Amino acid sequence: MHREMTEEHQHYLESDESDVFGFWLYIMSDCILFSVLFATFIVLNMPGTGGPDLKNYIDLKYVLIETFFLLASNFVFGLAVLNLNQDKIAKVQTWLVISFLFGLCFVFLELREFINLASEGFRWDYSGKASSFFTLVGTHGLHVSCGLFWVLIMIIQLSFIRETHIVKRRMTYLGLFWNFLDIVWIFVFTVVYLVGAL
Amino acid sequence: MLEHLFFGKLTLSAIPFQSGIIMGAGAFMVLVILATVVVITLYGKWAYIWREWLVSVDHKKIGLMYLILSFVMLLRGFSDAILMRSQQALAAGSSLGYLPPEHYDQIFSAHGVIMIFFVAMPMMFGLLNLVVPLQIGARDVAFPYLNSLSFWLTFSAAMLCMASLVIGDFAQTGWLAYPPLSEMYYSPTVGVDYFIWSLQISGVGTLLSGINFIVTIIKMRCKGMTLMKMPIFVWSVLCSMILIVLAFPVLTVTLALLFLDRIFGMHFFTDFAGGNVMMYINLIWAWGHPEVYILILPAFGVFSEVVATFSQKTLFGYATMVWAIIVIAFLSFIVWVHHFFTMGASANVNSFFGIATMIIAVPTGVKIFNWLFTMYLGRIILATPMLWVIAFFTTFAIGGMTGVMMAVPPVDFQVHNSLFLVAHFHNVIIGGVLFGYFAGIVYWFPKATGFKLDERWGKWAFIFWVLGFYVAFMPLYVMGLNGFMRRVNHYTNVMFQPYLIVAAIGASFILIGIFLLIGQLIVSIKNRQQLRDCTGDPWNARTLEWSVASPAPVYNFAHLPVVDERDAFWVHKEKTIGEGHVRPKNLHFQPIHMPKNTPAGFLIGILAGITGFALVWQMWIPGVIGFFGMIVTAIARTFDTDTNYYIDEKTVKETELAHLREMIECIGK
Repeated sequence: MHREMTEEHQHYLESDESDVFGFWLYIMSDCILFSVLFATFIVLNMPGTGGPDLKNYIDLKYVLIETFFLLASNFVFGLAVLNLNQDKIAKVQTWLVISFLFGLCFVFLELREFINLASEGFRWDYSGKASSFFTLVGTHGLHVSCGLFWVLIMIIQLSFIRETHIVKRRMTYLGLFWNFLDIVWIFVFTVVYLVGAL
Repeated sequence: MLEHLFFGKLTLSAIPFQSGIIMGAGAFMVLVILATVVVITLYGKWAYIWREWLVSVDHKKIGLMYLILSFVMLLRGFSDAILMRSQQALAAGSSLGYLPPEHYDQIFSAHGVIMIFFVAMPMMFGLLNLVVPLQIGARDVAFPYLNSLSFWLTFSAAMLCMASLVIGDFAQTGWLAYPPLSEMYYSPTVGVDYFIWSLQISGVGTLLSGINFIVTIIKMRCKGMTLMKMPIFVWSVLCSMILIVLAFPVLTVTLALLFLDRIFGMHFFTDFAGGNVMMYINLIWAWGHPEVYILILPAFGVFSEVVATFSQKTLFGYATMVWAIIVIAFLSFIVWVHHFFTMGASANVNSFFGIATMIIAVPTGVKIFNWLFTMYLGRIILATPMLWVIAFFTTFAIGGMTGVMMAVPPVDFQVHNSLFLVAHFHNVIIGGVLFGYFAGIVYWFPKATGFKLDERWGKWAFIFWVLGFYVAFMPLYVMGLNGFMRRVNHYTNVMFQPYLIVAAIGASFILIGIFLLIGQLIVSIKNRQQLRDCTGDPWNARTLEWSVASPAPVYNFAHLPVVDERDAFWVHKEKTIGEGHVRPKNLHFQPIHMPKNTPAGFLIGILAGITGFALVWQMWIPGVIGFFGMIVTAIARTFDTDTNYYIDEKTVKETELAHLREMIECIGK
């Protein structure tokens, strides 16, 4: 049992892999969180439930533009990671700034859409349908906003933190998070907007 | 205006001066806190407490703090139980008892919330923290800082729940706060908000812990410990933690939606404007049913360890044990509708969930028989942990049987929300979860503190608990079958009164049991020299945690163990005793890399509590300060990359040699 160990301090130096696994688990739990919101949305939008329908208010083209901003942000983030692998920190920061701006546009457009909907008579406190719409889409928007904030912090930390493995690990987290939010958005676009517009 | 932004809805009238019971309890709480503060100051221990406990990321210390929290909250939760039992024993016929309905309703809601979230869950995490890293041969959990954060979130949530006793009120809705009763229209006070925020905060802590332990178990096992060589306790914890990660997000969302309904006037669970009340009931039980398995699985793990150790035999049917746990974990997700068969779902839906529920009895039965076969032909030692296990067998079997009865939808229609149900779930939660955790605490206590608990006091506490349990809950089955409903504040039919008096007597037996447990702790601390565990292996046990000193050194293992089989420590002992020497030690030491302590977890936890309190009372300025405080602390911590340190080889060597010396002296005697 007590055999000689050659690698003594394995856990706290080479822990990046298990850290990323932990972050994956967090993403999975977030996935459940969204799935519950989707379930709620679908149940409260069953035919026959009260309140005005979403389809009278949405503009698919507008949402499509929103979608492109979010996807572009993710694509640019990928470019940042490519540069990170070559250790070109200044370039990484530049791409992150662009990624941030695209993401910001997405959040801005979403907020504008919310305000428009509310002023046209589709407010969150009118009906279960509206409540579930604003909560589901809003939760995604909130996640994106947190992600944006995180991107900002990352840009600052890239100049400060010299341990490359820490920076790379955090960029991996952020990348996973950003990708995850894109995937969730694809589902939001399909379930909420496309099906809703039918 | 500024005053309103600062204090929100909170005014002096929020404190219920008119209620003697509440003010008495509140004064008692304040007195205890003051006494603690005075004692710590008199002995000049603030620096010690800060340095060694509050900022500690050591899993053993966090485990002990969880256990302390859980015991304090057990006293609170049990006081509620005593109040309810005495009220029901008195309030028959023309007598109204001494608790007004609005107070009584808060008591049963708080009792449920506290017992599940702030007694059972912290007790479980306490055991997990103490044991899991040691059993898998690791030096700490995967994310020590996150672990400390999880504890402090749980702590803050418990304190938030306690604050509701004196400042404002608690939910009057039952422990799951079903709408529409919990909506703003029917519950305009802050009670439900206290419920929402204490559960949200502790829920986040639990979720983070769940992730932490999954990563610890999957990634940090010592060399040679494949999944099928892990101790069963670790298996049960792994499955329970997977359930946490799958179930707790559902709770978070459900409570968040209820919050949106209440504060922003949304319509998720209202009974008009397209809301759906049954949506809440479904969601809360989609979390709630796995939750009971989250609690019971680690208890099953404890039983497996204790039975094998005190029968001095290898656990019977290891592989079937593992599969039984996995099957139970899976099935726990497809049975939630059995909590509300009366919802009005079709017969087919109810049959599906009824049958799925009954099937759970099969893997559970497999486990019971495995434990019995482990005892068969074993040399059984009836120490306190083993006594709890034996009491569990019979008690849990009865609880399981009544559970299967209620899994039959037509039967459930009869006993739904009656005392039969109350008796059933106390039967499985006390007889299964609590007895299991008590067994675990007695069993692992020496590993955490360095001395055993007094056996004599322990056995008396055991007798009163078990006796008290049967006397308190068996009458409830009879009453439930006779149509007595749960949560009743007053009843006109005096025929029921004798049963309720018997139940109250049972509760007082349990109260004596609790006093005996406290006595056991005091006596054991007083006699800690005689009860000292100098070998690190007081029970002649089987798994890795017993191969190190008691209490375990900060770094757990001077050399990370390498194992080739199950019960590696036992096999190792057999081999070395055969060779005629105690335990060969590798005396060549290396510096050990460990995580540094950090105040971040403590600060974020406390700030979360403040934010929660501010949200309950809509105190916007403190809320914003608390929230940004949390974020700033978390971000500041990410700038600190120097989070580890080395324990030098000299310290390691001295610690290990001291333990070896003590052990040799002990065996010499």
